[in-house]
Amino acid sequence: MDVLSAPYVLEYTYQRSTGPVIGRFLTALRDGRLEGVRTTTGRVLMPPLEYDPATGEATGEPVPLPPDGVVTTWAWVATPRPGHPLDRPFAWALIRIDGADTAMLHAVDAGAADAMRTGMRVTARWRAERTGSILDLACFVPVAGEAP
Amino acid sequence: MRDVAIIAFAQLPAVRRDTEREEVELVQPVVTAALAQAGLDRRDVGFTISGSCDYLLGRPFSFVAALDAVAPWPPIAESHVEMDGAWALYEAWARLQCGDVDTALIYAYGKSSLGELPDVLVQQLDPYYLAPLGADAISLAALQARALLDSGRADERRLAAVAARSRRAAAANPCAQRRSRREVDELLAEPYLVAPLRKHDCPPISDGACAVVLAAGDVARRLVPRPAWIRGIDHRIEPHQLGHRDLTRSPSTAEAAARAGAGPDAAPFDLVELHAPFSHQELILRDALGLPTDDGTADGIDDGDGGDGPAINPSGGALAANPMMVAGLTRLGEAAARLMAGDGRRALAHATSGPCLQQNLVCVLETDGGAP
Amino acid sequence: MSDDAPDAAATAAPVTMVPSHVRLTYTVTAGRHLSSYLRALADRRIVGGRCPVCTKVYLPARGACPTCGVPADQPVEVADRGTVTTFCVIRIPFEAAPFPPPYVAVAILLDGADMPIFHLVRGIAPEEARMGMRVQARWVADDQLGPTLASIRWFELSGEPDAAYETYANHL
Repeated sequence: MDVLSAPYVLEYTYQRSTGPVIGRFLTALRDGRLEGVRTTTGRVLMPPLEYDPATGEATGEPVPLPPDGVVTTWAWVATPRPGHPLDRPFAWALIRIDGADTAMLHAVDAGAADAMRTGMRVTARWRAERTGSILDLACFVPVAGEAP
Repeated sequence: MRDVAIIAFAQLPAVRRDTEREEVELVQPVVTAALAQAGLDRRDVGFTISGSCDYLLGRPFSFVAALDAVAPWPPIAESHVEMDGAWALYEAWARLQCGDVDTALIYAYGKSSLGELPDVLVQQLDPYYLAPLGADAISLAALQARALLDSGRADERRLAAVAARSRRAAAANPCAQRRSRREVDELLAEPYLVAPLRKHDCPPISDGACAVVLAAGDVARRLVPRPAWIRGIDHRIEPHQLGHRDLTRSPSTAEAAARAGAGPDAAPFDLVELHAPFSHQELILRDALGLPTDDGTADGIDDGDGGDGPAINPSGGALAANPMMVAGLTRLGEAAARLMAGDGRRALAHATSGPCLQQNLVCVLETDGGAP
Repeated sequence: MSDDAPDAAATAAPVTMVPSHVRLTYTVTAGRHLSSYLRALADRRIVGGRCPVCTKVYLPARGACPTCGVPADQPVEVADRGTVTTFCVIRIPFEAAPFPPPYVAVAILLDGADMPIFHLVRGIAPEEARMGMRVQARWVADDQLGPTLASIRWFELSGEPDAAYETYANHL
């Protein structure tokens, strides 16, 4: 039996509300700034969350952070997929921004895998046209002088 | 607590692309086979529940399409989880604790071949920080693998050894998909997929389905000679954001195990079925479960054939076949089927869900006489 | 991007919404049973499946009879005429509407089947639509036939007297 098949596209054009905490973070990104949030126990979450996963308590005031941090782990994508942040080989990395207690996921444009290592310092590269999205950070790049 | 046992398990051979069957056609044969093993008719089942994922199939409420396989007319008691079928089994076990029904049918199905699985799995991620990046499941697992390698508790050779052992075991499993034998050195010569993971460290993309029957107390004893009793079952979850977790550990697995009676002081197991879709995740799970992660063999991994420790993934595990929403329930079914066949008296089975082992379920199974 | 380019005022306003667009591509399969039904339509035939246990004839054939749980797949060709078991009148225009409203959508119990199919009836005024009408398929031209229910353009009155309610009361 020759079974029939057909192409099919599922598409949702949702707009999501951000809520105040994520909205504030995305607003800061649009302004070209990084901002974490402080928990009731004094930790700084980056990226910010509405509630502290450790306690369930609402998080508190925003904490301005520099655009620099440390790679805590990374993976090398030799062949990017459509939908990845970069269209050339890049690294995924968890990056702990200086002053934060948690790490955030983003791409590192390092050119080659041998330019990557855990513990390396990276800094944000901003998109010129920013809209209030995690993609306002185009990616991170190795800090100059950070030879592996 | 009521004694509840797995009394039947059936599965379809996992394949990369099942072009012949749509949902109900996947489910009907496994439901029929599992009920036949249990000696039950569809009308005898007290509670029915399934696990599946709409995004895999590209249609909202897709589980409705498979319902005919369980004959829902006249109306039946039915539920569904948008999760791996192992969590459906948990709900069925809890339902049987109410005492008014004695049997439950659990089934799970997944057809990853219909869509682009990496894109589908992005939909499980937080929509503000992760999904816009298009962070696919292999990439996230690779971050976890690197963290484990950096910790010094594993190296790439040991990851390959897990994959090689999975393939050896799968050769004897007619339902496994990746069954060709490969040696560690051969695997290590392969290029990276997303470094530090190679293709063999990652699960195959699979279509498949499976079904399990549960029965309580004397009903279980009457229906089958060797019920696989659920001595303990629990599941725990961790925060979603990867940067909030220690990716090299699985505290949710350890906690679920302790509550299921598989903590550090538990009696030894004859066999273990771990739902580790990626090779490095098996090592993290074994660590969390207090199972030996290095038995002194050349590759640092036992052969899963018994020896001093329990047989690990005698089915080949999720590295050999990974139908989404099915592979976790399959671990419970595989472990129970082996006990029911007399291949051991005490087993540990595990299922996972979410990126990088976010959520974990642990189940302890025993046949009569299996208690220490 | 250009459509969304923020003006000065919008840039100053805090971010409260983000686009969350999902686009997923699939190749869906009809499966064996639905495929056999669709293939027959391309041949001007309507083929259902009989359940071997309860003997009901389903259109299309099904992977499982919802009463018996076994495949309802013994091939049975049914007539391209039948009885309207229920209907509604569409009076609101919408993008995918096949005709300008008003028009009549019906459930039709084809002769030889136990499950109605859904289609449209043309050639009657909406106020004339009624349960029990006998209708006949109007197929498309040969060169437009395909593995789709659209191979039947619509149904129209067959000229037979209306069916008695008792003849379809168990198939509503």
